[in-house]
Amino acid sequence: MAAITLEGIVKSFGSTEVLRDISLAIGHGEFITLVGPSGCGKSTLLRIIAGLERQDRGSIAIGGRRVDALKPAERGVAMVFQSYALYPHMSVARNIANPLEMQRLTFAERLPLLRLLSPRRRRVMREIMRDVGTVAAALQIDHLLPRKPAQLSGGQRQRVALGRAMVRRPDAFLMDEPLSNLDARLRVHMRGELAELHRRLGATFVFVTHDQTEAMTMSDRVALMLDGRIEQLGTPAALYDTPDTLAVAQFIGSPPIAVLPVTAEGGLVVAAGTRLRLSALAGAAMLGLRAEALAPVRKGTPGALPAMLARSENLGAEWLLHATLGDAAATPVVCRLTAEAHATARADGLLGERLWLMPDASRAHLFDASGRRLVPEAQRAAVEAVA
Amino acid sequence: MIAHAMLALGGAVMLAPFLWMLLTSLRPASGVFGGFSLAALEGFGNYAYALETAPLLRFMLNGVIVCAGILVVQLLVAIPCAYALAKLPFRGRGAMFGLVLAALCIPIQVPALPLYLGLAHVGLLDTYLAMMLPFFLSVFAIFLFRQFFKSFPDEIIQAARLDGAGEFEIVWRFVAPSALPAIAAFSIFSVVAHWNDLYWPLIVITETRLAPPPLGMLYFRDVETGSNYGALMAGATIITAPLVIAFLVARRRFIQGVTMTGLK
Repeated sequence: MAAITLEGIVKSFGSTEVLRDISLAIGHGEFITLVGPSGCGKSTLLRIIAGLERQDRGSIAIGGRRVDALKPAERGVAMVFQSYALYPHMSVARNIANPLEMQRLTFAERLPLLRLLSPRRRRVMREIMRDVGTVAAALQIDHLLPRKPAQLSGGQRQRVALGRAMVRRPDAFLMDEPLSNLDARLRVHMRGELAELHRRLGATFVFVTHDQTEAMTMSDRVALMLDGRIEQLGTPAALYDTPDTLAVAQFIGSPPIAVLPVTAEGGLVVAAGTRLRLSALAGAAMLGLRAEALAPVRKGTPGALPAMLARSENLGAEWLLHATLGDAAATPVVCRLTAEAHATARADGLLGERLWLMPDASRAHLFDASGRRLVPEAQRAAVEAVA
Repeated sequence: MIAHAMLALGGAVMLAPFLWMLLTSLRPASGVFGGFSLAALEGFGNYAYALETAPLLRFMLNGVIVCAGILVVQLLVAIPCAYALAKLPFRGRGAMFGLVLAALCIPIQVPALPLYLGLAHVGLLDTYLAMMLPFFLSVFAIFLFRQFFKSFPDEIIQAARLDGAGEFEIVWRFVAPSALPAIAAFSIFSVVAHWNDLYWPLIVITETRLAPPPLGMLYFRDVETGSNYGALMAGATIITAPLVIAFLVARRRFIQGVTMTGLK
């Protein structure tokens, strides 16, 4: 059982405050992702959970047990590092066996020469190698066991690092950007494998990444961190559909959300000189439009924004139209169309150098001047009912 | 072409004394100052004489004991020191490293007198320990290994900590093996320096049976041979041979060592 509870974690390096009062309750068996731009403190938080770094204030409990005073190895967690951190002079088998050797052999039994005196050692090593074999088979790296890390590809090293973490059967896995050194195709593949591994092991996963796609595709919940704080915690869908702040909306989603400064006029939102069919909320200052919240329409349709088409990208099943809004402001926007919608729009002559984009009011996000999300009354009632 | 010619010339100049040593060791004592002729070579008589009259093998055994003792303790001390200076945060680390750098600039001749007095005071003169003691702590080794460990990935050390290794084990099980090239380079440097060292043994050793090779040669010259240059050169050849053979066997390592340590 390994729920992880963080309470009021504060950490500074010198005069820079890296973590400002982080509290987070991670459920047992949950796959939670800490995502954010570099320097937001996500890796530091992970290393504090692991015990590699000490927090200045606050406390951590793993599986209901306070671990603040425990050494990394005593916390029942395993970590996978960005660089994999394999021991270069040891074979794959010895790499994976190492955590078990540390656990099951005494200090004397691990010393060269002296260990030959222990009759128990040989038996324990046999057991360890059996466990290593099981894990290696599960990860399909059993044929690599005699090799050295330098002789492996990136993906294979990744698996060895996973194996070294798995072999201890930890309560929780801590992963520090484990996929960022892989090429794009392998990354997508390993994403699937990690999710599958999580399902199979049922252990708690804390996954750190700066890649919002990884956060969105694998996690039960995502904690988006900015500037040492958790900006928003929720399911991937919640972060995408109801971002609490403009910063969250801008970080989550690819292509990035388009942000237009707006004013209110006669109860409607006005952007780039156009009155949108979107009722103005008090204090509305920023309008966020994701690529799927825009559609090309005929010239002069009421509420449509005039735009200049910069380029179109064909992704096979869908198209991305990159355009700039207005004549002077030149806010970049992206419009996502399915292949069929694109074909229809082109047949209708809607995709000239000048085009008109109609925002979908139900998918538009409004933020106030400080970047807080403005929730329409109806939606707010629904949110409160859920909470 | 010209560069190669220059190098060949330099090589010839460097090799000439050794060649002379070899030739002299093969000639009868009377012929040393005469002109050179192949017919004058008398074979290995000088070698037999040298081995008979001087305990050359004893000198070499002394050399082995002293060099090995110095090297083992140097490594045992310098590797953990260097690890601490490279990877462990502690108060005064910068100042400590500054002291190491400063100590690099002090030649053995400077503390020789106090060391001699100290050893005399505790009655350790004329022992193996006296020959080894001043060299147990090698700041050069600390400096070299510290630079090497500096580039050792922190994440591997952290992974070892998560696996449950203590600092002692991290040093010897994970960090030191990665520094094998540096350790090999330093070992070569250390052994060569102490095998050839005459200065310090000359100060602390008076008994012939404890003398390392160069000091032994000195005694040999004074006592046994007088002006028997042939035998003297035969002795010199014998005590130089182990290093030359070691060099030929591990030439690559030697070159690596010299380029890595930036010495000589």
